[in-house]
Amino acid sequence: MSASVLYDAPGPRTVRRHRLYTVLVSLVLLGIVALVLLRLQQKGQFDYDLWEVFITPRYVEVILVDGVLTTLKMAASAVVGALVFGLVLGVAKLADRRWISVPAAVVVEFFRAVPALLMMILVFFTFGVTRGESGAYWSVVVALTLYNGSVLAEVFRAGIVAVPKGQSEAAYALGMSKNQVTNLILLPQAVKIMLPSIISQCVVALKDTSLGYAVAAPGLTAVTRLIYLQFNNQVPAIFVTAALYILMCLALTLLATWVQKRYVGERNPLDVTRVGAVGVGSGAGAGTV
Amino acid sequence: MTIVLENLDLVVRAFATTLVLFAVSAVLSVVGGTLLAAMRVGPVAVLRAAGATYVSLVRNTPLLLVLLFFRFAAPKIGITYDVIDLTFGGVNLDNLFTAAVVALSVYTSAFVCEALRSGINAVPLGQAEAARAIGLPFGGVMRQVILPQAVRASVPPLASVLIALLKNTTVAGAFGVFEAFARMRSFTNDDPTQRYGVFLTFALLFVVLVLAVSFVANRLERRWRVA
Repeated sequence: MSASVLYDAPGPRTVRRHRLYTVLVSLVLLGIVALVLLRLQQKGQFDYDLWEVFITPRYVEVILVDGVLTTLKMAASAVVGALVFGLVLGVAKLADRRWISVPAAVVVEFFRAVPALLMMILVFFTFGVTRGESGAYWSVVVALTLYNGSVLAEVFRAGIVAVPKGQSEAAYALGMSKNQVTNLILLPQAVKIMLPSIISQCVVALKDTSLGYAVAAPGLTAVTRLIYLQFNNQVPAIFVTAALYILMCLALTLLATWVQKRYVGERNPLDVTRVGAVGVGSGAGAGTV
Repeated sequence: MTIVLENLDLVVRAFATTLVLFAVSAVLSVVGGTLLAAMRVGPVAVLRAAGATYVSLVRNTPLLLVLLFFRFAAPKIGITYDVIDLTFGGVNLDNLFTAAVVALSVYTSAFVCEALRSGINAVPLGQAEAARAIGLPFGGVMRQVILPQAVRASVPPLASVLIALLKNTTVAGAFGVFEAFARMRSFTNDDPTQRYGVFLTFALLFVVLVLAVSFVANRLERRWRVA
């Protein structure tokens, strides 16, 4: 609902009042920004030598290659793994046989409810701890695969269910088996509906690669840590890293919005149930956290 | 498994810290999120833009970076969290804890705002139009027609956000707050051979906590369901 429906077009007196609010609010916001900048200035956070590292070609290369590229690779591996894991579990959850669907549902609920960090530590101490940097790298990938995979399983399930019922009924009427109906009729149509949710889950995976900090995994966060330990420039280093993450995630978010407009339209996003929400009708999510 | 049973008091203390961290951050982020949501649906364009900027910046920053900032960068500009230093029954409410609370609240507020906004968006257009047609002013439209329905509609997304917050408290464990994740990591570190038992114990306890939050939300949802 657009905000304009909540109130009438303002009359002259209200327009004047809103103008007053605008001026006051702008002053307050500008004041806050000015205070923050002043504080940073007073503490010498704008000194050239704190920021020099970010325009030194050697370090920029390290940030981009060892940082951004490694993080993107980590996220991409986790997303590919999660898509496979999620597809298998999502289809399994819809199986007719209860000995398939019930365990699949239990696995999905378990991995959705357990914090990814706990899983990361388990994987790390199981096989990563003796393998140095690549061990830490793959612990992050495995943990994120399991977590995002189980979220995607729910997305796949909801996507398949969201295909109009007539489609599967018509396919069954043609004599197709359940496998054929799922693979040939439902999944291809469901992909379109699921794409925005899948892309926003990619944003979550990308953000969560930073959790590798807890097992000293490589990537953007690790590079940031090395930089601020060497140059003692915590504030600039974290600002720059945050800006890089925001750019990457905003690009993905814009892509998701575009895909939503292009392929799904104004229809509501998928009805993905909340973890542990058994027996409740709707659970419209507010975007993944 | 024995390491858990022998140190049961440490486990209890760890989960108590997790719960206190969750409760305090939840209250603060619901307050913050409500203010942000009010800014984003209100009539002042500057506030709408400010709210939207905050939400899109914070939502696209990893929580770990937010914590990194409030833990290591904020002291550099003179924010040291010296105001609070208490210990309640083994739960340390020191400056590390405060830094974690600030970071989690700053981060979660943005998500709470979006959950509330999706609740307001879920109220059918006709409701607002009808309320205005019978002559209610903006305050009346919001207070008597839109918000009562919006609050109900935002229970499910709000519950998802709070569950995510509960799981996100573990990130604070990587920054010196001795909550469940830090405790599990130190157990695993002390005796890696018991890692599966330790993981299962802590994971199942988290599942129980998540189910508890979900259960409360389900009850609220049922009770408030519009006929």
